[in-house]
Amino acid sequence: MNLDLARWQFAIVTVYHFLFVPLTIGLSVLVAGMQTAWYRTDDERYLRMTKFWGKLLLINFALGVVTGIVQEFQFGMNWSDYSRYVGDVFGAPLAVEGLLAFFLESTFLGLWIFGWDRLPKRLHLACIWLASIGTVLSAYFILAANSWMQHPVGSVVNTERGRAELVDFGAVLTNSTAVGAFLHTITACFVTAGMFVLAISAWHLARGQHTEVFRPSMRLALVTVLIASLGVVVTGDLQARLMTEQQPMKMAAAEALYDTVAPASFSLVTIGSLDGSQEVWSLRVPRILSFMATGSFDGRVEGINDLQAAAEQAYGPGDYTPNIPATYWTFRLMIGFGLLAGLLSVAGLWLTRRRARRALPRWFHTAALAGLVLPFAANSTGWIFTEMGRQPWAVYGVLRTADGVSPSVGTPLVLTSLVVLTLLYGALAVVEGYLMVRYAKAGPPPAGAATPTASDEPRPLAVAY
Amino acid sequence: MELTDIWFLLIAVLWTGYFVLDGFDFGVGMLLPAVGRTETDRRVAINTIGPVWDGNEVWLLVAGGATFAAFPEWYASLFSGFYLPLLLILVALIVRGVAFEFRGKIDSPRWRRNWDRAIVVGSALPALLWGVAFANVVQGVPLDADHEFTGTVLTLLNPYALLGGLATLSLFALHGAVFLALKTTGDVRVRAAGLARGLGVAAIVTGGGFLVWTFLAHDRLWTAVPVLVAAGALIGTVVLNARGREGWAFLLTATAIVAVTVTLFGALYPEVLPSTTDPAFGLNTTNAASTPYTLTIMTWVAVVFTPVVVAYQAWTFWVFRRRLGAADIPAAAGLPARTDRTDEPVR
Repeated sequence: MNLDLARWQFAIVTVYHFLFVPLTIGLSVLVAGMQTAWYRTDDERYLRMTKFWGKLLLINFALGVVTGIVQEFQFGMNWSDYSRYVGDVFGAPLAVEGLLAFFLESTFLGLWIFGWDRLPKRLHLACIWLASIGTVLSAYFILAANSWMQHPVGSVVNTERGRAELVDFGAVLTNSTAVGAFLHTITACFVTAGMFVLAISAWHLARGQHTEVFRPSMRLALVTVLIASLGVVVTGDLQARLMTEQQPMKMAAAEALYDTVAPASFSLVTIGSLDGSQEVWSLRVPRILSFMATGSFDGRVEGINDLQAAAEQAYGPGDYTPNIPATYWTFRLMIGFGLLAGLLSVAGLWLTRRRARRALPRWFHTAALAGLVLPFAANSTGWIFTEMGRQPWAVYGVLRTADGVSPSVGTPLVLTSLVVLTLLYGALAVVEGYLMVRYAKAGPPPAGAATPTASDEPRPLAVAY
Repeated sequence: MELTDIWFLLIAVLWTGYFVLDGFDFGVGMLLPAVGRTETDRRVAINTIGPVWDGNEVWLLVAGGATFAAFPEWYASLFSGFYLPLLLILVALIVRGVAFEFRGKIDSPRWRRNWDRAIVVGSALPALLWGVAFANVVQGVPLDADHEFTGTVLTLLNPYALLGGLATLSLFALHGAVFLALKTTGDVRVRAAGLARGLGVAAIVTGGGFLVWTFLAHDRLWTAVPVLVAAGALIGTVVLNARGREGWAFLLTATAIVAVTVTLFGALYPEVLPSTTDPAFGLNTTNAASTPYTLTIMTWVAVVFTPVVVAYQAWTFWVFRRRLGAADIPAAAGLPARTDRTDEPVR
C-alpha cells in the first residue's frame, strides 16, 4: 500500500515538475539568443521578442522552481531506506547541482529580471546567459544522478554497512547513460521551447497581428524544432542501444517482446491481451527493432521470458518484468508525439521557404497551435517509460524499489502528502494556464517603448514585482 | 579535524546562511500587511526582496543536498521522521514562491489580496516550523535501532520545540523589519522601524528563553559565548534601530541569527540526531556519514565553488543596494482581470 502510494506521489510530482523544466531550459536559451540579437543589431524587434518571450519564461520558471523543492526532499520523506542505501553515491551529484547550478540560475535570473535599467547592457545580457547555463548544468547533474540509478557505475556495494558506496565520481559524471540521457533531454527541451514559440506565434499570425515580432519568432521556432528534432532522433537512437546493452528488459518491455528473436520487427501498433503476452493483431515494420536495439538489421533482441529466467538466476526468485502495457504504449507515444512535432516543423519550413510573405494556410496555424501538446506529451511519456521500464529496480540490479520506501512513515501520512500535493499542483496548473494564455494573447510590448539605458540615477525601476 | 567534522561544520554554515538570508525575506513576507497599508507600499516592501529571495532559498536546497550527500542517514531519518512539518514547509514555500511572481500579473485588487495572503502565511509558517524542527533535532527524538523515527507529530510539538518555533518566528520577523527599514524610504521605513521595536522585545524574550534552555539542557560551557552574543546583538538591534542606524541594526540581527545556529549546532555536536529512546540508537557525525571518498570529493567542490557563489550573491546585493520608495515603483504592469472587463464586444 505505502509502496503504491509513494510511487504514485513520486510519479505525479515528478511528471508535473517536468512539464515546466524543459520549457524553462529551452526557452531561457532562446530568449538569451533573442537578447543577443538585440544587443548586436540594436533592432527593436528583437528587444520586443526578448521582453515578450521573457515574460512567459518567468511565469513558467516560477512553477519549475517551486516544484523542484519537493523533488529534493521527497527522497528523504517517502524513500528513506533508498536514501540510506544510495546517499553516498546519489547525494553527491544532487549537492553539486545545488551549488553549481541552482545558485547560478536563481541569482542571475533575479539580476536579469530587475537589472534591465541597473546593469550595463553587456552585463545584463551575460545574466540571462548565465541563468540559462545554470538550467542546462542543473539538467546534467540531475540526469547523472538518475542515470546512476539506471546504470550504476563508479560504485560498489558495501554489504557490511548495507549501502552503495562511491568509488569513482568521474565515472558517475561520465556515465554513458548520463551523456545519452543529457543529450536526449536537452534536444527535447529545445523541441519543447520551439513548439511553444511556434504555437503562440501561429496564433497571432493567424490574426495578422504583431507580425513584425511573430514572423521572426516563428522562423526561429521552426528552425529550432527541426534541428532539435533531428537531435532527438539521433540521441534517442544512441539511448536505445545503450538501453539494450544496459537494461535489456526495458527494451523487451518497450516492444512487449516475449521471445528472443533475430531479426526483430518493430510493431507500430499491437492489440493484445491486457498483460501484453498474447498478440491479437499488429502492424509491424520488419527488422527495425533489430536496428534500433543493436545498430544492425539482423541483430538479436532478447525477449522477456529469457530475461526473466536470467534475472531469477542472478537475483533469486521474483518478478523482474515491468508493467508491459505501460512501457509498450509510453514508448510508442513518446516516439509518435516527437515525430509529429518534427514533421510539423518540416511542413512549416516548406511553407515559409524563400521568406514567402504570403499568408500561411489556415490548417497550418491550427496544427501549430494544437501541436503545443506534442512536446509535453512526449516528455511525460518518455519519463514514465524510462522510470517504469526500470521496475522492479530503483537502482538497476542493486536495490529494489520496494526496499526503498520509508518504513517509519504510515499510510495516512503518505496519503496526506499525495492528496495535498496533487490538489495544490492542480490548482497551480489552472493559475499557470490562465496566466500563460492571458499573457500569450496580450502580445509583445508596443513598438517605441523606451529602450533601457543603465544608470545609477534615482528614477522608477524599469521592472518591478 | 576529521572530514566528518568539516562536513558537520559546512552543513551548519549552509543552514546559517539559509536562516540569515531567507530569514529576512520571510520577515518581509510576514510583515507585508503591517508595513504596506497601500498597494504601492506593499509593492515597495516586496521589491526590496524581489531580486534576491530566490537565490536566498537555494541555500536550503544546497543544505538539503549536502546533508543527503554527507550524512545520508541523517537526511533519511530527519525528513521521514519530520514528515508533516516538512510537507507544510514545502507547501508554504511553493505557494509563497509563485505568489511573488504571480501577484502583479493581473491588475485586480482581489487577485493581489489572495496572493498577499499566500505570501504572509507562506512566510510565517516556515519561519515557525524551522524553529520547531531544529529544536527537536537538538533535543533528540525517539529513534529505534535502525535510526527510524518512532514518534508521532505530537512528539514534535513539545514545549521546548514550540518555544524554538516562536523564537525563529520572532527573530525572522525582526530581521525582516530591520531589513525593510534599511532598504526603504517613506512610510514603509517608518512603520518597519516602529515594528522592529516591539519585535525586538519579542525576539529577546522568546529567543533568549530558547537559548538559555538550550544552554542549560546541554553540558557545553562554551556555548555561553554565542548565547551572550545573541543577547547582546538583539539588545543592540533595538537600541540602534531606535537611533535610525539601520545598517548596523541589520548586521546585528544577522549576528544574532548566526549566534543562535552556533548555539544549536554547538549543543548538538558531535551528534546529528540524538535518540531519546536509547542514546546508542542516535545518529552522530560518524555513523551517519558517507565514505571518506565522497566527503573528499565534496570538500573540493565546496572549497572551490562556495566562494564564487558568495561573491556573485554579494554582488547582487550591491547592484540593488539603493533604498526603494514609492517613487521607484513603476505603474502596475499586470493585465486587467477578466471579471473587470465589461466593455468587451460580443462576438
